[in-house]
Amino acid sequence: MHNPSKNLVPISWIFKMAWRDSRKNRSRLLLFISSIVLGIAALVAVYSFKDNLQSDLDRQAKELTGADLIIESRKAINKQTEARLKNMGDDRATESTFASMVYFIKDGGSRLVQMKALQGNYPFYGTIETTPISAAKSFFNDQEALVDKTLMLQFNAKTGDSIIVGDLKFKIAGTLDKAPGQTGIAASVAPIVYIPLKYLDKTGLVKTGSRINYKFYYKFNSDDKLNEVVKSLQAKAEKEGLDIDTVAERKEQTGRSFRDLNRFLALTGFIALLLGCVGVGSAIHVYIQEKLSAIATLRCMGLRAWDAFYIYLIQVSFIGIIAALIGAVLGTAIQFLLPIVLKDFLPVELSMQISWSAIGQGLLLGLAISVLFALPSLLSVRRISPLNAIRATFESNTNKKRDYLKGFVYLLMVAFVAGFTYLQMGSWLQTLVFTVGIMIAFLLLMALSSLLMFLVKKLIPTSLSYLWRQGFANLYRPNNQTLMLTVSIGLSTAFICTLYFVQGILINRVTLSSGTNQPNMVLFDIQTSQKQAVTDLTKSFKLPLMNQVPVITMRIEEINGKKAGDDSTNTRAFKNELRATYQDTLTAAEKIIEGKWIPKVNNANDVIYISLDQNFARSIKVKVNDKITFNVQGMLLPTVVGSLREVNWTRLQTNFRVVFPGGVLEQAPQFHVLMTRVPNSETSARFQGNVVRKFPNISVIDLGLVLKLLDEILSKIGFVIQFMAGFSMITGWIVLVSAVLTSKNQRIKESILLRTMGASRKQILAINVIEYFFLGLLAASAGLMLSLAASWGLAKFSFDANFIPPFLPTVILFISVIALVVITGYLSSRSILNKPPLQILRNES
Amino acid sequence: MLVSCWSSYLNIQPLENILNIRNVSKIYQSAGHELTVLHNINLSIKTGSTVAITGPSGSGKTTLLGLCAGLDRASSGNVELAGVLLDKLSEDERAAVRNQHVGFIFQNFQLLPTLTALENVMVPLELRGLKNIKPQAMELLDKVGLAERAHHYPIQLSGGEQQRVSLARAFSNKPAILFADEPTGNLDAETSEKIIKLLFDLNTDAGTTLVIVTHDLDLASRTSRVVKMKGGLIIADENPTYA
Repeated sequence: MHNPSKNLVPISWIFKMAWRDSRKNRSRLLLFISSIVLGIAALVAVYSFKDNLQSDLDRQAKELTGADLIIESRKAINKQTEARLKNMGDDRATESTFASMVYFIKDGGSRLVQMKALQGNYPFYGTIETTPISAAKSFFNDQEALVDKTLMLQFNAKTGDSIIVGDLKFKIAGTLDKAPGQTGIAASVAPIVYIPLKYLDKTGLVKTGSRINYKFYYKFNSDDKLNEVVKSLQAKAEKEGLDIDTVAERKEQTGRSFRDLNRFLALTGFIALLLGCVGVGSAIHVYIQEKLSAIATLRCMGLRAWDAFYIYLIQVSFIGIIAALIGAVLGTAIQFLLPIVLKDFLPVELSMQISWSAIGQGLLLGLAISVLFALPSLLSVRRISPLNAIRATFESNTNKKRDYLKGFVYLLMVAFVAGFTYLQMGSWLQTLVFTVGIMIAFLLLMALSSLLMFLVKKLIPTSLSYLWRQGFANLYRPNNQTLMLTVSIGLSTAFICTLYFVQGILINRVTLSSGTNQPNMVLFDIQTSQKQAVTDLTKSFKLPLMNQVPVITMRIEEINGKKAGDDSTNTRAFKNELRATYQDTLTAAEKIIEGKWIPKVNNANDVIYISLDQNFARSIKVKVNDKITFNVQGMLLPTVVGSLREVNWTRLQTNFRVVFPGGVLEQAPQFHVLMTRVPNSETSARFQGNVVRKFPNISVIDLGLVLKLLDEILSKIGFVIQFMAGFSMITGWIVLVSAVLTSKNQRIKESILLRTMGASRKQILAINVIEYFFLGLLAASAGLMLSLAASWGLAKFSFDANFIPPFLPTVILFISVIALVVITGYLSSRSILNKPPLQILRNES
Repeated sequence: MLVSCWSSYLNIQPLENILNIRNVSKIYQSAGHELTVLHNINLSIKTGSTVAITGPSGSGKTTLLGLCAGLDRASSGNVELAGVLLDKLSEDERAAVRNQHVGFIFQNFQLLPTLTALENVMVPLELRGLKNIKPQAMELLDKVGLAERAHHYPIQLSGGEQQRVSLARAFSNKPAILFADEPTGNLDAETSEKIIKLLFDLNTDAGTTLVIVTHDLDLASRTSRVVKMKGGLIIADENPTYA
C-alpha cells in the first residue's frame, strides 16, 4: 500500500522546482545577492592587480635597481675597500647621496632635497627618465643638474635656469621625471637633484658630520661571476659596514612591500564583502519567510524537508554564481583603475592583463560566501511545518527545537572569515586580531543599534503626533531588517569617519607641535665655526633662538665588554651610527624613569654616566649600570648607563637617544642644530634664502613644508583607502535598497490599509520619511559612536595624541548619512504612493 | 517499532476504516502556559465515506484536521491513516504517507504562485517521481473546466478558478483520503455552490474518502456524517437528514 522508496524525489525535479519557484523572484534574488557583487569585484580587482604586479616585477626587476649589484655604505670607504670596489664588475658607477639645500636663483626659493652626485653609466638597466631625454646623459658633461619635476613646478623653474648647491652654481640640464625604482610618493617626500660626482667636493658640502650614503653600482655580464662576488663580499660586508643589494633582493623587498599593500587592499575588499553577506543573509531570511506558505503547501503534498531545503539552496547557489560572475567582470574592469589609484606608490610600469586565477578565486568566493551566509535561513526551510498551509497563525512557524546544524554554520562562518584572513595575512596573530576585531565591530554595532532603538522607543513621547509614532513603529514591523541595516550602514559610516578622523589626528599632531611657543624651523649641520654667524643671522631676522644643541656622531664599540662579533643576538646595537649630544640639564621633553641623571663630569678620570632613551636601551638590551664603550671618530670612550629617560618624541625639538653629561664631548668633532620660530612664510623664505646663500652646507627643515608634505602623503594614502572604502559604502547602500525593496510588499499592505482609512498621500509619505529618518539616525549614530571610540583609541594608544572630533565635518557626515538613507527610502517607495490603492492591490496581490 | 509500522504497508486488503483516531490530545505551549486544544478525541472514518467536521472558531477542528492528515503530531494518543500509525513516524515519513494517500484543499487555495495551473496540478505526481504526467494533469484541468487556462499563473486566475485548480491538484495523485479545510471560505455563494458540486462529483468518481472542515452547515449537511466540536471535544457525531 505504501512504499517509502517511491518517495525519493528525483534530483532533476528538485532542479526543475528550483527553477520554477524562482520565477518572478529572479530579479529580486539577484538584487539580494547584488550586495556581494562589489565585494567580489574589489577582491578580483586586488587579486588581478597582485598577479599583474608580480609578473611586472619579475619582468622589470633589473630596472628597479638599475644594476646587478649595489653596495652601500653610510660611512666613507677606506682605501683598501675602495681599491677592491673599483675593480669589480663589467661596468660600474658611483653615487653619493645626502640631504642638502638647493637654492633656485630665479625664484629665490630654497628647499631641502635628496642630492645624488653620480658618476658612470648608471643605470645599466632602464633609464633615468628626463625631459628632454638627452639630459639624462648630457648633464655629466658640464656643471649641470637634473631637478625633480615637483621642484621644477614648485619653484617655477625651467631647463636652462640655475640652482645653487653648496658653493657651486649648476645649470638645470632637464627635468627629472623618474629615477630608477623611484615611486611618485618618494619623489614628493624627498625630491631628487642629480649632479655629476666630480663637482661634489667643490660644492663644499662634504664636511664633518655630513650624513652621506656612498653607493657603488655594478653590472655583471655573467650571473655566476655576480654570485661569486656577492658570496665573497657577504663575509666581509658587516665588518666593513657595507650593505649589499642585488636585483633578487630588491625584487623580494619590493614584492614584500606590495604584499602588505595587497593584504590591506584585500582586507578592505573583504570588509565590503562581509557587509554584503550580512545583507544577503538578511534578505534571504525575508525571502524564505515569504515562501513559508508555498513551502508548507509542498510539504503537505509530501515534499521531504531536505528536498525543500535543496530547492532554495540551488536557487541561492545559482544566483550566487551569477553575482560572483558579475563581480568578477566588474573587478576585472576595476583592476584597470587600481594602477591609477596607486600610481604614486608603484615603482614599475604596470601592464594590466586579465587574471583568470583572480576571476576563478572571485567566482569560488562568491559562491561559497553567498551560500554560507544564506545557510542559516535556508536551514530553517527544513523546519517549516506543513501546518502553516492550513493556519496562518500557527503557534510556531518552525520547529522551536534547537538546530545544532545552524550553530555549526555560524561556526563555519567564523572559520571562513578567519581562514580567508589567514590566507591574506599569513599570520595567525594578525588573523586573530582581524577576525576578533571584525566580530567586535559587528557586535558593538548591533549592541549600539539595539541600545539606540531602545532609547528612542523610551524617549519618543506618547504625545507625539501619530505620523511620528507610526514612522518609528514601522521599524519594528515583522521581518524588519532594522538591526541589519543599522549594522551595514553603520559599519560603512564608521569606516569612512574613522579614516577621516585618523587623517585629522595625524595632521593635528604635527600642527599642534608647532603651537605658538614651539619652534617651526630647524637648521642642522651647522659647523662649530659657523655657529656664531648663524646665531647672528637668526637674531638679525629678529627670530628667537629656541634650542641650540651640539651633535656628535659615534658608534657603539662594546657593550659590557662584548664587541660586535661577540654578540650575534645584538647586532643592531653595533650596526648604525648614533647621533648623541651633551647637556647639563634635562629638556622639558625628557623625564628620568630609572637611575640618576648626572649633569656634569668634573675630572677627566671620573666615570662617565650617560643617559639613554628607555626604548633605545631596550632595543640594544642594556640596563642601568651596564657598560658601553663608544667610538667617537676613532677615539674610544668608556661609559656607564647612569639613567634611562622617557622622551616625548612628538615635540618638535632635538631629542637624542644617547645624552652625555657636560665636560666630556666639548672638544669632539661636532656640528650643531638650531631651532627657531618664523612668524610667516615670507620671513621663512627670506631667512632660508639667506642661510643657503651664506652657509650652503646647512640644511633647513621648515615645519610648514613638512605639514604640506604630510598632508600630501596622507591625501594620497587617504585616496587609496577611500577608494577601497567606497566599495563598503556602496555595498551598504545596495543593502539598504535591497532591504527597502524586500519590505515593499509589507509597505504596500500598510499603505493600502492607511489609505483606505483615509490617510492622504502626504501623510503616508511623511510616515515613510520618518521611518527612514529614524533608520538613518540609528545607523549614523551607531557608526559615528563606533568611529569616535576607535579614533579615540587610535589617538591615545597608537599616536599618543589628543582626539577632539572636528565638529562641523562630523555633523555634515552625520546629516549626509541620514539624508542618503531618507532619499533612498523615499525614491524606492515612491511608486506605491503615486498609484491608487486598488491598482496596487491588483498588481501586487 | 518501525518494523510494525512498515509491516502495515504490506497490508493490501482494503481497509474498513481509512482513519482511526484513538485518545488523541493536543497541547500547545502558549506564552509559558499549556493550552489544551484537543481532549481525548476518538474518531474513526470509514473508507469512501464523506465526513464534515464543524464547530465554532477555536473548537479545535483545524487542529484535528492537521493531526488526521499527519501535518502535526498528537501530544498523546494514536492516529492511524491508511493503515499506517503516524505517531512514531518522522516528519519525512509522514510526508511520504501524505504523498501516497492524502489530498488537500485549502481555504486560501494555496496554489504555488510561481507555477502555472498545469504545473500546480502536476506537483503531487512529480513528487512521486512519475513521468509523462502532463496528459493526466490536463485531463483533470479539463474536468474542472480550466484546460484553456492551464498555462496561467494563479495571480491571473479568479478565486473560483484557483480553487478549481486546487481541486484538480488534490485529486491528481488519486488520494485515498481528501482533507478540505473550509473549501468555500474565501468564495462567494454562487462560486461556492459550483465548487461544492465539483468537489462531490470528483469525489464520487474517484471513490475517495472526503473529510471537510467547515463552518458552513449547508455544506456539512451534504456529507454522510457530521462531527460537531466545541472546546476541543467532539460534542456530537450524527448522520444528517439527507446524506
